Amino acid sequence: MSDSGTSGVTRLRRRAVPYLLALPAAVWLVGLFLVPLLVMLVKSLETCSPMTGACTMSWHWGEFGSQLSMFHKQMLTSLKFAGIATAIDLLLAFPIAYWIAFYGGRRKNFFLLMLLVPFFVSFVIRTVIWEFLLSNDGIVLTTLRNVHVVSTDFHILGTSTAVIAGLAYNFLPFTALPIYVALERIDRRLLDASQDLYASRITTFTRVILPLCIPGIFAAFLLTFIPAFGDYVNQQVLGGIGNTMIGTVIQNTFLINLDYAGGSALSAILMVISLVGILVYGRLIGSATIGEFL
Amino acid sequence: MTDQIATTPLRVARPRRRFWLPLYSWLLIGYLVLPIGAMVLFSFNRVLTGLPQVSFQWNGFTTQWYQQWSQVPGLTAAFWLSLRLALVAALISTVLGTMLALSLVRYSPREFRGKSFVNQTLFMNIAAPEIVMGASLLGLFATLNVARGFTTLLLTHVAFSIAYVAVTVRARLSGFDRTLEEAAGDLGSSPFTTFRLVTLPLIMPGVLAGGLMAFALSLDDFVASNFVSGSTLPFPVWVYGATRVGIPPQVFVLGTVIFSLGLACAALSVLLSRRSAN
Repeated sequence: MSDSGTSGVTRLRRRAVPYLLALPAAVWLVGLFLVPLLVMLVKSLETCSPMTGACTMSWHWGEFGSQLSMFHKQMLTSLKFAGIATAIDLLLAFPIAYWIAFYGGRRKNFFLLMLLVPFFVSFVIRTVIWEFLLSNDGIVLTTLRNVHVVSTDFHILGTSTAVIAGLAYNFLPFTALPIYVALERIDRRLLDASQDLYASRITTFTRVILPLCIPGIFAAFLLTFIPAFGDYVNQQVLGGIGNTMIGTVIQNTFLINLDYAGGSALSAILMVISLVGILVYGRLIGSATIGEFL
Repeated sequence: MTDQIATTPLRVARPRRRFWLPLYSWLLIGYLVLPIGAMVLFSFNRVLTGLPQVSFQWNGFTTQWYQQWSQVPGLTAAFWLSLRLALVAALISTVLGTMLALSLVRYSPREFRGKSFVNQTLFMNIAAPEIVMGASLLGLFATLNVARGFTTLLLTHVAFSIAYVAVTVRARLSGFDRTLEEAAGDLGSSPFTTFRLVTLPLIMPGVLAGGLMAFALSLDDFVASNFVSGSTLPFPVWVYGATRVGIPPQVFVLGTVIFSLGLACAALSVLLSRRSAN
């Protein structure tokens, strides 16, 4: 670099460049992401009067306990639904990601676009369409009934199955893309080397391909499980009374009951559970890698 | 690296493999596309009852809802609001996110103290549950007595888009050839001119990708928006509210329009990338 000015001012100005570049975004992220999380923690320690809605700081840690004892069932339901939906998505997504990465050829981009097609339609609309498709006189059930696979009083809407199916559908692209990226990056010569060393196809798969795409699988897990865990649209549209998820509870606590202390405590618990996954990923795979999987 | 290393020819796929894997993949693609096809199809569906609501009973073809696309006042307002919001949010987060990405890629932790803190924050921002972000921002706005509306929506949307733009641009920047900038500097170009004429054109594909991502994220956001929108309803929040009372067919019309435009943009970028690859 040609640098004519070696005076102190110029050097100082040069040193300030990274900070100046980062400043606006950093202020935004601190002020509207980190500070709100802290405010949320503080709020969960306040006591709010149900009459006036006014909140005062009382260092009342009991909110966490009372919210958990009231809503641990919904919390477990969310964990279960998100877990099952993520497992389904990992199983569904791996073969297609594998196929596109290894056999996609020149049409790779086309197939990736096909995977992303659902994202061009609003999340809420997609869920509403499933509500129609799965309804009692919808295409799916009418067809199944006509070929006598299910009895006439069989229904899906309102059941846990419908919610899990909705979650699995809506988040599938989030699962497929990171796995694809990880598979795509595998150096093909490693596979040839494995074969040259007389490894069978299955051994090559389990000892070479699978270990190399662990980061992608982990990213896929994270990017699918966390949004599914906090989701309430699928449950509200496709589910019923018996399968309320924690997202629904948080939404109602904030927007209907206006209980900000209780809602904050519940959100904080949700955040802590998600943080476990986030920190494990950061530790094992490195937080900077997430950009490669988006 | 002149010798061609034989890669695929060693592994000749057996017919069995060539059959089941593609079949499965096409079925899965069909499953992903099926509901979208249903939306497009039923946006052309006639409504027989007096109350215009979507139903999944085929009543005959009509373009009535396309002609009357703006006849539902709340919906049209929500649609324009979402477009404006997405445009402004994408613009702000693209500029801020690109600047942040530059500072992260270009400077070592010694030159930019706090780099790892920024990295951690970006990752946490992307991975954090959106419902927590929405709820915590609602708490913040309530504490500060900020009225909910377009401003709170914009603040929120930029807050969750910056990180996506930054990591997307960062991923594209990592293979950047710095010697071009040094050459520009040696030829007497000022840092700003170098950025404008050399750096920016080179990183433009990444910046555009990040910007489009931010636009799409904002346009489709429901969870966080639902917390901070107040009575200013963006498109997805309006549709969600309508699920309880019945959805006017215009929702499918607007959904189809957004879908077609998005697909057209994506197809264009696929074609362009194929051309530049050849």
